[in-house]
Amino acid sequence: MSARMIADKTVKYILFASAIISIIIVLAIGFFIFRESIEAWTELGVGEILFRTVWRPGQDQYGILAMIVGSVSVTFGAILLGVPLALGCAIFLADIAPSAVQSVVRPAVQLLAGIPSVVYGLFGMVILVPLVRKINVPGNSGYGLLAASIVLAVMILPTIASVAEDAIRAVPENYRHGSLALGATKWQTITKVVLPAGKSGIIAGVILGVGRALGETMAMIMVIGNSVIVPKPLSGNPLTFFLSQARTLTGNIAVEINYATGVHESALFATGVVLFGLIMIVNASARSIIRGQKFIEKAN
Amino acid sequence: MKSTKKSILLVVSLLLVAALVAACSATSTPGAPAADPSADNATVTLSGSTTVQPLAEKLAEAFMTENTGLQIDVQGGGSSVGVKAAGQATSDIGMASREIKESELAEFPNLKIFVIARDGIAIVAHPDVPVSDLTVEQVRDIFSGKITNWKDLGGDDQNIIVASREEGSGTRAAFEEMVMGEDALIAASAILQASNGAIRTTVSTTPYSIAYLSFGYLDDTVKSISIDGVAPTEPNAADGSYPIVRPLNMLTNGEPAGMVKAFLDFILSEAGQKLVVEDGYIPVK
Repeated sequence: MSARMIADKTVKYILFASAIISIIIVLAIGFFIFRESIEAWTELGVGEILFRTVWRPGQDQYGILAMIVGSVSVTFGAILLGVPLALGCAIFLADIAPSAVQSVVRPAVQLLAGIPSVVYGLFGMVILVPLVRKINVPGNSGYGLLAASIVLAVMILPTIASVAEDAIRAVPENYRHGSLALGATKWQTITKVVLPAGKSGIIAGVILGVGRALGETMAMIMVIGNSVIVPKPLSGNPLTFFLSQARTLTGNIAVEINYATGVHESALFATGVVLFGLIMIVNASARSIIRGQKFIEKAN
Repeated sequence: MKSTKKSILLVVSLLLVAALVAACSATSTPGAPAADPSADNATVTLSGSTTVQPLAEKLAEAFMTENTGLQIDVQGGGSSVGVKAAGQATSDIGMASREIKESELAEFPNLKIFVIARDGIAIVAHPDVPVSDLTVEQVRDIFSGKITNWKDLGGDDQNIIVASREEGSGTRAAFEEMVMGEDALIAASAILQASNGAIRTTVSTTPYSIAYLSFGYLDDTVKSISIDGVAPTEPNAADGSYPIVRPLNMLTNGEPAGMVKAFLDFILSEAGQKLVVEDGYIPVK
């Protein structure tokens, strides 16, 4: 065997080893989180943890349903606010903006991804929370789902915008030309041809954003109020739901882990297991959708 | 030709990475696990309550200048961590800013408790709140959610926004013990923040809010509320007229000896207690 072949083989094995190591790390983290949580699952019961809303470690009550609802609600709010913005950004960058404008806007949007989450939290706490408090509803403290959703929407914007932009760019030029040749306007082309063709890539971007939103911790702790309650409307108007305080799964762990011992500590690891599971489901669905998109591209 | 050059470059860089990884693991494997605190008499380790931590750091600094060669390490973690650290002897001294629970004493019967200072807990409100005096009972009803409007306390017709520390905090545990009692629970709808500083920021920026704070964190940005007409000041806490006062504890596993004993003696000496007063706490001697 020549030296070249040996080098080739060596590289192959080193790369293989790196891939194996990253898999081992993921499995090890999953294994240890689960192992630490076993005490809580067995001593309290799965139902007591997953389907109870009362979390009072002092009274040995460890229901995390309120936190699950909190995490899902704030993520839903962030998607509601962030997706139209991110999609607008992506369409503008991919199909409308001249390249000079692109070269300014794209780095600016990407810069949002580089801001540390504690800075978003501080901004939310000092600027957004007082603004939200101006909404005149009894019991509105400013801290809650609305402020948290706005902060989170901005945080997931770069993720969604960049994946969606790639998806839109991946739509073959022929489609656009064909549509324009048939007499469709640019707007019609974008909404009727480009977006449907890039749909699965855009959806994958949104799901990646959901994963990011579920995992966000520091900024959420600072603006969401951290009360362990299932969020509900403050008045007759159902929109005041978003003025309610809440706590996220991530926040529950971060706020209490410093002090937790025994079953309490184990219950926080159980919270981590639930979060891990949720994010795994979200990422797996993003992956399967992206795979679907690749398949379609190949078929074309 | 070009591709061979490239692959050589690749191999070299990968080997470099591999060497780096090997070097990293090599340095970590032969090294003994982090120094055992009890093995070296010249090191004293403390961990626990974040309320006691700044005071302990100051005391440690003063004691180290008197005893050159001695190293005192102070870590945070919270009161529960402090009890556990002393009970399991992972630290020489544990710190707790609340009474030690009976369940903890049952788990760690060897614990020796040293009260090194006392700390008052003040009830604070947003500066624009007109109410300036409450009874302990009213405070309990506010935090349990029984009283929800300032008009019931002689203020404006506005909802009370309650802020509290998170479960497990020593300040919260002390507040629950001294104000809430056995039956009343802090309302689940209270805003929770994870530190005294965050509580102060929340109260100072949120109109109609109320919370409790360690004396050490009081300043002009929040309004201190008197309890039964007694203002939350150090003299009032020292003479016993202010009712919400908690002990700051240091814990050891069994009778302290050597430098640990010397450090505790120093804290309870006149010089040590002077530092306690300087930090805004109430001396025990």
